[in-house]
Amino acid sequence: MPYAVSFQQVSRHFGSVRAVDAVDLEIEAGEFFAMLGPSGSGKTTCLRLIAGFEQPTSGHIEIFGETAEGVPPYRRNVNTVFQDYALFPHLNVADNVAYGLMIRGVGKAERTREAEAALEMVKLPGYGARKPGQLSGGQRQRVALARALVNKPKVLLLDEPLGALDLKLREQMQEELKVLQKALGITFVFVTHDQGEALSMADRIAVFNEGRIMQTGTPEEIYRRPKTRFVADFVGSSNVLSPQLTERLAGVAEWSSLRPEDIRLGSEGGHEASVTGTSFLGSATRLSLDVTGEKISVLLPSGARVPEQGESVRFSWDTSALHLMGPQA
Amino acid sequence: MRSDKQSRTPMGLKIAAGAGLAFLHLPILLIFLYAFTTEDKSYQFPPPGLTLKWFAVTWNRPDVWEALGLSVRVASISTVVALVLGTLCAAAISQTRFFGREAISLLVILPIALPGIITGISLRSAFNLAEIPFSFWTIVLGHATFCVVVVYNNAVARFRRVSGSLIEASMDLGADGFQTFRHVILPNIGTALLAGGMLAFALSFDEVIVTTFTAGQQATLPIWMLEELVRPRQRPVTNVVAMVVVLVTFLPILAAYYLTRDGDQISGQGK
Repeated sequence: MPYAVSFQQVSRHFGSVRAVDAVDLEIEAGEFFAMLGPSGSGKTTCLRLIAGFEQPTSGHIEIFGETAEGVPPYRRNVNTVFQDYALFPHLNVADNVAYGLMIRGVGKAERTREAEAALEMVKLPGYGARKPGQLSGGQRQRVALARALVNKPKVLLLDEPLGALDLKLREQMQEELKVLQKALGITFVFVTHDQGEALSMADRIAVFNEGRIMQTGTPEEIYRRPKTRFVADFVGSSNVLSPQLTERLAGVAEWSSLRPEDIRLGSEGGHEASVTGTSFLGSATRLSLDVTGEKISVLLPSGARVPEQGESVRFSWDTSALHLMGPQA
Repeated sequence: MRSDKQSRTPMGLKIAAGAGLAFLHLPILLIFLYAFTTEDKSYQFPPPGLTLKWFAVTWNRPDVWEALGLSVRVASISTVVALVLGTLCAAAISQTRFFGREAISLLVILPIALPGIITGISLRSAFNLAEIPFSFWTIVLGHATFCVVVVYNNAVARFRRVSGSLIEASMDLGADGFQTFRHVILPNIGTALLAGGMLAFALSFDEVIVTTFTAGQQATLPIWMLEELVRPRQRPVTNVVAMVVVLVTFLPILAAYYLTRDGDQISGQGK
């Protein structure tokens, strides 16, 4: 079975800017794959390379074993859910969804039936006659999803599709997308800058920074065993400890990461630190500690006693919680 | 509050506004009135009597039909040329980035800012230099210079609203360039093109200055009217034709206004 998408040393340069820089990437068929990174990290350009809106400056791309370079977007069996949804304003919802079928020459009756089925799948049955302008952001998003899925693509690309939705709707859509992906068995490639979204939805994640992939792995791996300082910091704001501090705390002169929620406060044992700030997050309280000049944050579960600012505390962790990343991470 | 909506407009201002509007439009009504006069030597006021016979006389004058036919053909072909070139130009300017884009945008609009007499003289000397005989096609060419601008201005404003991602979405869903134009771009810029085309038609239909310089022996309707006023045969015939011109040019402008009212303003009415 070939990979759904494979990149071999793919670069895309815009003038002197290396938007994508020698990226190797393999996405398995049927997997929910997230491309995670800050804005400008090259994740969206990678998505556009798969869709065919961009062509690589160098390197080789395959989609299900077929060479993709030089193939225009309209000849690729790949569909995209755009960040701004890009619904056609002059067409009603049903015609928007049926657009791909219309282009392929599918008859009117079958088109209507399939569009309605796709709308039902995204829980918008009976919305066909409305214009996109009459829909809410969440509904537009579902229409965009139906419009892409009705073509039965081999790969569905989603470009920050939940970015414009409010928190509650976003959580609901995350769940629905996951259920939909499992039910359809289509490969989903999802671009996001929200690490929580990537961790909760994806089977595997590629973390991007400055046009390169920093690490690829399951959410668990990325979260528990970050390979670099960037990954540790970007995925869930882990504490990145310098080799000096790691040596003082654990006896090894390497960069390390220590998750805020893995740190316990106690009255004896462990190491000493002073509290420099506290902020209440609702389900937890974030504590900033100063340990010989380096800042460490600690997540206290709600209900625990919150020390005063300036108070001296002692902290400790399970040995397995401290993750070493090597001297050069 | 001084800016209270309830406050009364001063009577003097009302009268001034009324007088201004009357000054603008009464002469036009007078033109209409003299189309019905029984007296054909001078514009005597009030007309000694009213008659509809000039409509019949006009109908039977072959020179009127000739001029009208020429004007309609010139305006139609200029509009078609303007629609094709203006749309292509607007697409290039609004959808792509290239060196010299701003300069080209300015150069396209320039003919409408130039006085017609400059356009006319320069075209005439250019035709002379190239030894192109004046004909129907030189008139069309002259009119196309400003018609393109009107179409371009209307189309470019609408093109900006067709976001790039709509075109990408269409391509993503399997449509090639032509299908995307037909199913996505055209429906979105259609009314702007219609409005631009109607304005272009109206502008071409009553154009005098550029036409004087680029026409050979042919007389378009406005030129014919000018000649009639200098050497009148049956004076009210000119008034009847004037009414027709007003209707033929006013209706498209009105239609263009209503078609684009919800969207962009119509650019280029000021020519």
